[in-house]
Amino acid sequence: MFGTYLVRELTNRRKQTAIIATGMALAIALVIIVNAVAAGVSAAQTSVLASVYGVGTDITVTQTPTAPTQGSNGTRAGGGPGFDFGAADGRTADGSTTLSQTHLGVVRGTETFDASSLDTIVGVENVAAATGTLALDNITFNGTIPTQRQSGGTTDTTPPPGGLDGAGGSSFNVDTFTVLGLDVAGAAVGPLTAVTLTDGRTFTAADAGSDVVVVDSAYATSASLAVGGTLSISGTDFEIIGLVASGSGAATASNTYIPLDVAQSLAGLDGKLSSIYVQAASSNNISQVQADIKNALPDATVDTQADLASSVSGSLSTASGLLSSLGTWLSVLVLAAAFLIAILFTISGVTRRTREFGTLKAIGWSNRRIVGQVAGESLVQGTIGGILGVAGGLIGILLINLFAPTLTASATVQRVAGFGGGPRAGGGGAPGETAAAATTTDITLHAPVTGTIILVAVALAILGGILAGAIGGWRASRLRPAEALRSVA
Amino acid sequence: MYELKNVSKSYEQTRRRVTALDDVSLSIPDGQMVAIQGPTGGGKSTLLQMLGALERPTKGTVVLGNAELSALPDTKLASIRAREVGFVFQSFNLIPTLTAQENVETALAPLGVPGVERRARAAAALESVGLGDRASHRPDELSGGQQQRVAIARALVKEPDVLLADEPTGSLDEETRDEIMDLLEGIWRDRGLTLIVVTHDSAVAKRAERRLHIKQGKVTEKK
Ligand SMILES: Nc1ncnc2c1ncn2[C@@H]1O[C@H](COP(=O)(O)OP(=O)(O)OP(=O)(O)O)[C@@H](O)[C@H]1O
Ligand SMILES: [Mg+2]
Repeated sequence: MFGTYLVRELTNRRKQTAIIATGMALAIALVIIVNAVAAGVSAAQTSVLASVYGVGTDITVTQTPTAPTQGSNGTRAGGGPGFDFGAADGRTADGSTTLSQTHLGVVRGTETFDASSLDTIVGVENVAAATGTLALDNITFNGTIPTQRQSGGTTDTTPPPGGLDGAGGSSFNVDTFTVLGLDVAGAAVGPLTAVTLTDGRTFTAADAGSDVVVVDSAYATSASLAVGGTLSISGTDFEIIGLVASGSGAATASNTYIPLDVAQSLAGLDGKLSSIYVQAASSNNISQVQADIKNALPDATVDTQADLASSVSGSLSTASGLLSSLGTWLSVLVLAAAFLIAILFTISGVTRRTREFGTLKAIGWSNRRIVGQVAGESLVQGTIGGILGVAGGLIGILLINLFAPTLTASATVQRVAGFGGGPRAGGGGAPGETAAAATTTDITLHAPVTGTIILVAVALAILGGILAGAIGGWRASRLRPAEALRSVA
Repeated sequence: MYELKNVSKSYEQTRRRVTALDDVSLSIPDGQMVAIQGPTGGGKSTLLQMLGALERPTKGTVVLGNAELSALPDTKLASIRAREVGFVFQSFNLIPTLTAQENVETALAPLGVPGVERRARAAAALESVGLGDRASHRPDELSGGQQQRVAIARALVKEPDVLLADEPTGSLDEETRDEIMDLLEGIWRDRGLTLIVVTHDSAVAKRAERRLHIKQGKVTEKK
């Protein structure tokens, strides 16, 4: 009887069934699509971050930069490298002086810290791997300035219009490339996990202490370098052993890579590191590891992937922002609306059927039987909606994957590479190379579907059906059997 | 056998208290055919609700057989309605989405009659009211008289001790009215059940052995 009555109701009151099921289907489809797109965006973000910070890096540790002390020109503590040229420096010919000097120093805006921090971090619970790097800039200053004419007689003390530092006609050239000192022993995490070897070889443990360099292929092209050649870093010739290609946005990407110990001694920074890359034992441990490192190293900046994700901008981050705000709210809202529609229509259905249920009670139907009937109808309506919703959601995802929208991701790289072109570079000369701080990656969105989300979606639809059925059934249970005798108007 | 002692039923309406039954004492022996007449709002339907275990009286006792209806919980009343009481309504009250056959079967559902037997008994009941060939029709495909026959089959299929009818011919034309009354009277004679019919119609009431008049909640015997 239950089944017959149920089928008769659902097929004879198609409008009611259709409205409840459609509302539920829309909501379920939206939940599935939003969820899949969110998973896709999150996967895209992970892959962007992997290309930016290296595969498997869960946490990066850097030293919090202290406010640079306002120093005079040439102060190396804060404002970046300075070049001190003595009167004897350079060669003078044809009335102008040619100067050339190389400076290998820590990347501007970066602080170094003691290598013992690495041991501290390795000792933290649930740290699977950690490796330290030292990021350096090799800045070569080449310049020609006219020799100051000490013209007698003229007592003109005002600076010439060319600038404070000299007259027009001077020509500066600043050549900068980045040098990353890293552990050659093949670390599981760190910068080299984000690059691919295109020529030659990467480091082996035997390279420690040797003057060997791995060069970024893009830089190699622009600087006409090849495997087997040499590259001068801070005046020392390094043998080029390999070329690597890095993701365009990689924060850890460097123009050149050399063994850490060589980098430290060359820059006069023995036992110093600028970054540590940490891999947690499992993704569940990340926040604990982060907290423990912060405790152990109170002055350090400890960033997780999630913190790093905030440095990713572009349409990818817009998409992720939209999803976390609009998408989630929209699906919650539509789901709530679908539940409300199901509940209201079920209640109005029960009200419309007052005499019907009163009659059934009058002929001996128990409350339980009637509640079961109403709940059964709602449950089936919800389930139909759930099935349609899953189908709709899958079609939606299929369309998304078919059109595969491309998202752009700009990783704003923390480091300010290169020479800032401050007032000292002014004069009449052309400022040297200024490095771009952000690079852009295109990522194709792929929305994956998991069995879990489909199960959750169907469960939500069933939940909606049960909720509507429970409320409708409760209403029906409160009808008096005497309603059957109420004469119709 | 009905035994009503000092039965009163009052309803709280928005501003006033309506006494629908006022200190009614009454006994109806098994197998009697009773007609209940009276003006609108007199309390006829209210009395039928007491007899049919649909409502409990505000005061007094209603005994059917050896069950005191006024003292039983809802679930017990429901099972008494399912087993012992058949109801026929003025506006038929069939389930619109179910076929005639299925409507009759609804009366057997609460009795836990197995499917095969349920279908057979429902078909037989429809046959007995002359609607064997309309079993698969929905109520909206049947005339008023036919719908009331289905409703009578639904009331009879459980083989009740009591058949209660609230203006069973109130929605029918004269010719159909007589057909339905003939049918009810025939059933009463054949089955020996107690038949209580509420009616406005004196022609209908004249068929009964006993006529009660109810006005402002007071019941009087009518000769
Ligand atoms: N559920 C209820 N709530 C409030 N008042 C009610 C209710 N049921 C009946 N009444 C009142 O009780 C009185 C008797 O009603 P009842 O339905 O028994 O009259 P009736 O004799 O059947 O009338 P009719 O011939 O119109 O069917 C009326 O005044 C009616 O308004
Ligand atoms: Mg009435």
